[in-house]
Amino acid sequence: MLKTLLSQVKEYKLPSILTPVCMLGEVVCEMVIPILMARIVDIGIYGKNMEYIFETGGMMIVIAILGLLCGIGGAYFGSKASTGFAKNLRKAMFDNIQTFSFSNIDKFSTSGLVTRLTTDVTNIQNAYMMTLRMAMRAPSSMIVAMVMSFIISPRLASIYFIAVLFLSVVIMFVMNRASKYFKEVFEKYDALNESVQENVSAIRVVKAYVREDYENDKFKKAALNIYNMFVKAEMNVVYMSPLMTGTVYACILLISWFGAHMIVGGELSTGNLMSLLTYCMNILMSLMFLAVIFVMLTMAAASGKRIAEVIEEKADLVNPKDPVMEVADGSISFENVDFAYDKESDEPVLKNINLSIKSGETIGVIGGTGSAKSSLVNLISRLYDVTAGSIKVGGVDVRDYDMEVLRDQVSVVLQKNVLFSGTILDNLRWGKKDATIDECKRACEMACADEFIERMPDGYDTVIEQGGTNVSGGQRQRLCIARALLKKPKILILDDSTSAVDTATDAKIRKAFAEEIPGTTKLIIAQRISSVQNCDRIIVMDDGQINGFGSHEELLKNNNIYREVYESQTGGSGDADFDRPSA
Amino acid sequence: MAEVKEIKGGPGARGRGMPRPKVENPGALFKRIMGYVFKFYPIHMLTVLVCILLTVFSSVQGTLFTKTLIDAYIQPMLDSGSTDYGPLLGAIVRVAGFYALGVFSAFLQARVMVEINQGTLKRLREDLFTHMESLPIKYFDTHAHGDIMSIYTNDIDTLRQMISQSIPQMLSSAITIVSVLVSMVVLSLPLTFVTLVMVGIMLFCSAKATKSSGKNFVAQQKNLGELNGFIEEMMTGQKVVKVFNHEREAIERFDELNEELCQSAFKANAYSGALGPINAQLGNTSYVLCAMIGAAIALSDSVAVGFTVGGLASFLAFNKSFSMPINQVSMQFNSIIMALAGAERIFKLLDEQSETDDGYVMLVDSENKDGEIVEADHHTGHWAWKHYHKATDTTTYQPMEGDVTFNGVDFGYTDEKMVLHDIVLHAKPGQKIAFVGSTGAGKTTITNLINRFYDIQDGKIRYDNININKIKKSDLRRSLGIVLQDTHLFTGTVMDNIRYGKLDASDDEVIAAAKLANAHSFIKRLPEGYDTMLTGDGANLSQGQRQLLAIARAAIADPPVLILDEATSSIDTRTEKIVQDGMDRLMKGRTTFVIAHRLSTVRNSDCIIVLEHGRIIEQGTHDELIAKKQKYYQLYTGMKSETA
Repeated sequence: MLKTLLSQVKEYKLPSILTPVCMLGEVVCEMVIPILMARIVDIGIYGKNMEYIFETGGMMIVIAILGLLCGIGGAYFGSKASTGFAKNLRKAMFDNIQTFSFSNIDKFSTSGLVTRLTTDVTNIQNAYMMTLRMAMRAPSSMIVAMVMSFIISPRLASIYFIAVLFLSVVIMFVMNRASKYFKEVFEKYDALNESVQENVSAIRVVKAYVREDYENDKFKKAALNIYNMFVKAEMNVVYMSPLMTGTVYACILLISWFGAHMIVGGELSTGNLMSLLTYCMNILMSLMFLAVIFVMLTMAAASGKRIAEVIEEKADLVNPKDPVMEVADGSISFENVDFAYDKESDEPVLKNINLSIKSGETIGVIGGTGSAKSSLVNLISRLYDVTAGSIKVGGVDVRDYDMEVLRDQVSVVLQKNVLFSGTILDNLRWGKKDATIDECKRACEMACADEFIERMPDGYDTVIEQGGTNVSGGQRQRLCIARALLKKPKILILDDSTSAVDTATDAKIRKAFAEEIPGTTKLIIAQRISSVQNCDRIIVMDDGQINGFGSHEELLKNNNIYREVYESQTGGSGDADFDRPSA
Repeated sequence: MAEVKEIKGGPGARGRGMPRPKVENPGALFKRIMGYVFKFYPIHMLTVLVCILLTVFSSVQGTLFTKTLIDAYIQPMLDSGSTDYGPLLGAIVRVAGFYALGVFSAFLQARVMVEINQGTLKRLREDLFTHMESLPIKYFDTHAHGDIMSIYTNDIDTLRQMISQSIPQMLSSAITIVSVLVSMVVLSLPLTFVTLVMVGIMLFCSAKATKSSGKNFVAQQKNLGELNGFIEEMMTGQKVVKVFNHEREAIERFDELNEELCQSAFKANAYSGALGPINAQLGNTSYVLCAMIGAAIALSDSVAVGFTVGGLASFLAFNKSFSMPINQVSMQFNSIIMALAGAERIFKLLDEQSETDDGYVMLVDSENKDGEIVEADHHTGHWAWKHYHKATDTTTYQPMEGDVTFNGVDFGYTDEKMVLHDIVLHAKPGQKIAFVGSTGAGKTTITNLINRFYDIQDGKIRYDNININKIKKSDLRRSLGIVLQDTHLFTGTVMDNIRYGKLDASDDEVIAAAKLANAHSFIKRLPEGYDTMLTGDGANLSQGQRQLLAIARAAIADPPVLILDEATSSIDTRTEKIVQDGMDRLMKGRTTFVIAHRLSTVRNSDCIIVLEHGRIIEQGTHDELIAKKQKYYQLYTGMKSETA
């Protein structure tokens, strides 16, 4: 994981190296100052040497300026390195995600990917900067101060040594204990916030059932629980800071006591005693910093792991060596196709599918939820690979095509479709980048989208909000169909794409297909019998298998499932489409 | 849809170099927060104050000790050649006492602070939640749910930081500054002057750097928002990107945004990162200057000025402990302002007007005693309206039947724009009323008026001939069952979710309701049956199953009047039939208002109301409306011509 992440530092190696160098310089400068200070006191003051004082003082100011330069350099290179590293990480992930196949995408949830690209990267960026700037500074500051102290007096310095050991053990112990508590409490805290979220979105239910008091009680109980857990967790760390101060104080007292003895005994100078007391703070503060860095790194490690997962994920569909660059026609054939989303699964989603569809045919697909209708059509544009058997489009196995060529010729309107922020025209041009406005209008006419687009104040320049929230479901579906039509594909697949469109418009769209693009093979998945009954042939899917394949009349005669669905839909419980945008 | 809208603060989010949000009247806000804290924890707060004082006192004593150590003990011993360490030991023990006091009060402060902090937050959370539950539906319509959530998460969090860290640190810094300043003045006036001049320079530089980095932080935040928005959109539509071979374009745009963010983040961080070294080295310079000048003074005439080497040592220690709290104050000041911006949003929610209720007619269990309706103290299955008449000081009971009338009702979400005009309708007990019409015609709005989610502008709605404004809202809503189109389930078991309709229902009652709603058979097949945990709004159930649960939830409440919003979303035909049957069974014997999408529902309604643009354009039975050959006929036959 660390290797994957660090390989993304790339062009930011130099600043990544310069940062700790600068920080080291700063530390050295800061350490030298107390020594010079001691000399001023010992040589300058006791030697009554004014010249020496100014000489050394001047040197100290020069060193302070050097320290300043190093410090600013550290800040400059540190942010250059960390923000650049973050940029590269984001890019590596995003680029890799673009190569993902559908099954790669299925593996990560959408929100999971978003978190990895945003929050997780920010965590790493912070940790990286902190590490570059502090990880060098804190230990080196501690080591330099330690060495200096030992030079002044090994005996007194050993007091620090013991203090550092003592505090390290205590910090480790406390953090270990506390992190367990805090992890638990934050999980509960998230749960509490989730229940608030639930209440906000379900407020109508709460109010309709007059459950405000009930929810309040529930919340109060949860809040009390959180309170108790937080207090318990924090009680674990409240003595950290006093303990730290206490140790500093103890060191000062011990150094003072023994130092006094040594001065009187002539083994130590007054100035050196003062330097030692200054180092005391340096050493123990650095220790505290180290602990903070340690916590930060453990937290960042989780983020790093999630990021590495995305970068390391290998796209499981790749282009063949010598890809076929042209699709001859819109014929489709399935030969003994088995398919499972999980390759190791014993229970395939599709079992032994054999199908032959002629170019230009209109095929309906019908079947209950979970009967694998979508899985069937998703294989045609090679969104997934078959587990066994083969699928041929235009007489060639889909695995032999260049994927881009294949997907341009097999246009799918997905069941879960989305529009992107931008104008309607921008969205349509996803289908064909350089489509003229007339081409777009033609496609919209076929998809029966022109009528509502033209009613909008800005027409084709109407801006679609993120997630397409400012168009109705039916309108969105029609725009998505138009977008797919602009590709002028040889095969067009509609995966339940007119479910929110009223039946009359639905029929109009199908009629336009028949008249305007007769040469295109059309596959239409639908819940409504009316959407498929005029198709040339209809596939009835049941539990991953083809239960029937034939015309409406044939199926009515000899397919039980089809007949049952037909009767239930026409026998009185069908749709009354008053709620759909009327044509 | 990913809920990652909330953008976590960028690097160094709190503290150095961040721009300050604008807060109106920070003083009043601060007072209000403190009022909140002090109201519930007066003694705790006093303890904290005392502790801070003691801690600062002991640390100042400790710093002074260096001077005493050298001047009063070591130097005299060196001068006299004495080896009597008795006095020194005494001094050290005394200082150790101060230190111990300091450490103890620091510990006590931290401990008490935990209680204050968590306790205040708990109260605040409870108040927020309780108040939120009391707000009218309109509030939730007009406020983005993400914004409401951010109050509970982000704003509470910044407030927690402020109460637990910023304020105590500010306080102790302030006390330290004052006491150190006094000590420095006592030690040496000229050196104090030098120190103050250097602090002035330091503050000036900080202000400069903060301004530059603040500007860049704003840019960084903007770029981060743009990039995150893009990422969210692309990840949501990743499959569409693939289907349209749009990967290259996505990467191009991503690179642009990514580069922009990198630039602004770099600048913001570089400036804010430089703040620390600048202040540190200015502090060092201040230290050096004082050392040089102090040494000069101490050398020139140590007796006359009374400034000794020990005094210089102490002064230098003070010099260091002076610049530190000043830096801290300027840092904490920023976080306090940020927390106040959060507090402003918290109090804004708390100040929102609760839903008002002037109703006094109550719904009670009733029984028939000697031909007269009286109140019962147990569940009888019969309801009555308890009507208290002030004028005559009498209480009358009227059986609840489920008769609803609308008389010339006008309604608009705002007074400027009416969405319903002159609605007149009459639902007799047990009747089924179907609303049909296109999206936005006002079907859902009408049903929201019956349970007073919204109040009407003009006209009257009567329930069993009582104006619904006179009925207590909670009783009114209890008498109305609702199945919404988008089902909302709560985290908990299936059993809990059904029981939501009647909290004291026994398991058997729950199962009976599930059976009535046709939900029993699928629940039985769940891994743990009725004890299966549902999370994330029932994400582990299908749309149809969630609807069945919502129906069961309404069924167990057993309300006399029902409001149903049939789902339009496509569920497969078999499930749909099951849902439909469940609904049909639920409707039996109840006055039902249904927003209908199913032919069967519409056709066998007692009254079909056709709405267009907020007006009733036709009403009557199916046959009547067909005979009229107007809008309903068109809708009906237009659709039939396709399926036939």
